[in-house]
Amino acid sequence: MAELLQVNNLVTQFKTESGLVKAVDGVSYYIDEQEIVGLVGESGCGKSVSQLSVMQLISAPGEIAGGEVIFEGRDLLKYEANGPEMRSVRGAKIAMIFQEPMTSLNPVLTIGQQLTEMLQLHIKMDGDTARKRAIELMSMVGISGAEDRIDDYPHHFSGGMRQRVMIAMALSCNPRIIIADEPTTSLDVTTQAQLLELMKDMVQRFRTSLVIVTHNLGVVARYAQRIYIMYAGRIVESGTTKDIFINPRHPYTIGLLKCIPRLDAEEGTKLVPIEGLPPNLINMPATCAFLPRCSYRLERCAKEPWPPLTPVNGNHYIRCYADTKEKNK
Amino acid sequence: MNQKLSDDILDIQDLKMYFPVTRGLLRRKVADVKAVDGVSFQLKRDETLGLVGESGCGKTTIGRCILGLYKPTAGSIIFQDEDIANFPEKKLRQVRNKMALIFQDPYSSLDPRQNAGSIVGEPLKIHNMVMNASEYRDRVEELFHIVGLDPSMTDRFPHEFSGGQRQRIGVARALACDPDLIVCDEPISALDVSIQAQIINLLEELQDSVKELSYLFIAHDLSVVKHISDRVAVMYLGRIVEICKAKELYDNPVHPYTRALLSAVPIADPVVEETRERIILKGEVPSPLNPPPGCPFHPRCFMAIPECSQTVPPLRDIGDNHQVACIRV
Repeated sequence: MAELLQVNNLVTQFKTESGLVKAVDGVSYYIDEQEIVGLVGESGCGKSVSQLSVMQLISAPGEIAGGEVIFEGRDLLKYEANGPEMRSVRGAKIAMIFQEPMTSLNPVLTIGQQLTEMLQLHIKMDGDTARKRAIELMSMVGISGAEDRIDDYPHHFSGGMRQRVMIAMALSCNPRIIIADEPTTSLDVTTQAQLLELMKDMVQRFRTSLVIVTHNLGVVARYAQRIYIMYAGRIVESGTTKDIFINPRHPYTIGLLKCIPRLDAEEGTKLVPIEGLPPNLINMPATCAFLPRCSYRLERCAKEPWPPLTPVNGNHYIRCYADTKEKNK
Repeated sequence: MNQKLSDDILDIQDLKMYFPVTRGLLRRKVADVKAVDGVSFQLKRDETLGLVGESGCGKTTIGRCILGLYKPTAGSIIFQDEDIANFPEKKLRQVRNKMALIFQDPYSSLDPRQNAGSIVGEPLKIHNMVMNASEYRDRVEELFHIVGLDPSMTDRFPHEFSGGQRQRIGVARALACDPDLIVCDEPISALDVSIQAQIINLLEELQDSVKELSYLFIAHDLSVVKHISDRVAVMYLGRIVEICKAKELYDNPVHPYTRALLSAVPIADPVVEETRERIILKGEVPSPLNPPPGCPFHPRCFMAIPECSQTVPPLRDIGDNHQVACIRV
């Protein structure tokens, strides 16, 4: 099957005074049409940077050092970051929703100006049509009284409402893929539920694919069809949502699932924390980055380089030497 | 210590905390933000009471009132059989060494120019808990040991520690004076997923090893609160809407807001998720500056009837110490 987006061996690095930080180190993944994919990891694991790299939104001292981003048969990384080809994709065909609805909207422009800009730029709508379309989009994402509110400024809106505006903006040019980078992290629980439901409805309606970048395993368990787990700049496990949650195989994934308190847990359940800290990404060794924290480690793990993603079962891949299935009983 | 201490370490009666809104040159008071509006609850010795709610519901304000950081507008705070709500600062200091606060953000709650040892040891000096330098040093080392930090790190500064380690310093500081009550204000929400469990387990172990330590655990994350608490109070717009045992709250939530809140928290298990009830609330939390009449939740409630906008429902017992503020249940 032809994938909508295929990322191969993406490497994004930051040159810092203390050394080279490979924030994304050989990441490969794909997204199918009309699919909801979860990209999960802790802060600093490269999940956001990998998505910003797809959009070519990396600025110095960061650089995309290698890899391919194949979208609609073309390698996006061959294009200039600010060239016309990339601009015609960014925002129009691949849209992004950022974490901070407070800072990702321009405070000195009205919501209407920011929504219509996209329509006029990408779809060449004239002012009046764009305004009508913007009002339509705003009511579609659940902003009541859109005609009156379109001339408001971002500070007139609450956090949840701003994120709705961001969703409307992402949808405005009918993109093929929406990348939502921690879309609900800064919001309250009930607002978070509202927005995730809204996003799910919208991607179904617009036949769009959705990438949810998050650290919240619950969110992806509820919405994603496939999941990628990232650690220290690499994907360590990938598979369907059921693979990942019911039969996790990478020690990191297993650890993550044991260390989060579950709402439906029995009373007195102990959390099993992952000991140690996420690694510092400066000048990483070639061996497995999870090794110092791993409870499944083998002798060969310290000697041999990090293994590639290997299939364990159908579409379920892990990057690990250990036989976690036997021990994880 | 006197012998006739009651079972409750803390008894809060009808606590109100209004913040004035002023306007104009003369800073005339034009309105009140009713951050906490008539809250009563008890905290037993050795118990953990979870306080959950969305941002702006007043949960942090309650914590700060208890510690005397705010002077409450009305109501009483009976801590170890003394009403400390209107204690003058000097007297407050004497009881304050029996209580401590763990802050949300381990980055801004530690003085960057103070080394870790002196951060942890400062309360000892302020409250004259140690006689001489060697006793001071021993106690600081002991505290480092208790929270799982290497005592040789006392000379380091906060920036040399990771987020989880910083939070351990915060816990050590809270423990310094051997408190009977610790108010934990979102102690883990700024930490990475894999580190959160380490701090939760630390707090639980402390409660097991320290005699009669009570926690008021303030958080917005229901799964964490349910995990650590014996009882849970759910707040909405400055009021408690439901309070009962943690297990009961999850098994048998009665208040419509609690039900919506629980259903909004995704569980990291796709199979469970498929069959869960999902209540998506309409709208957002109203401003506490202008709360709706009657039950504060009625504009968003899916069970509301006209009577709900008439009077504020009081908390009433529905059996087994399960209290709820709703006329519809």
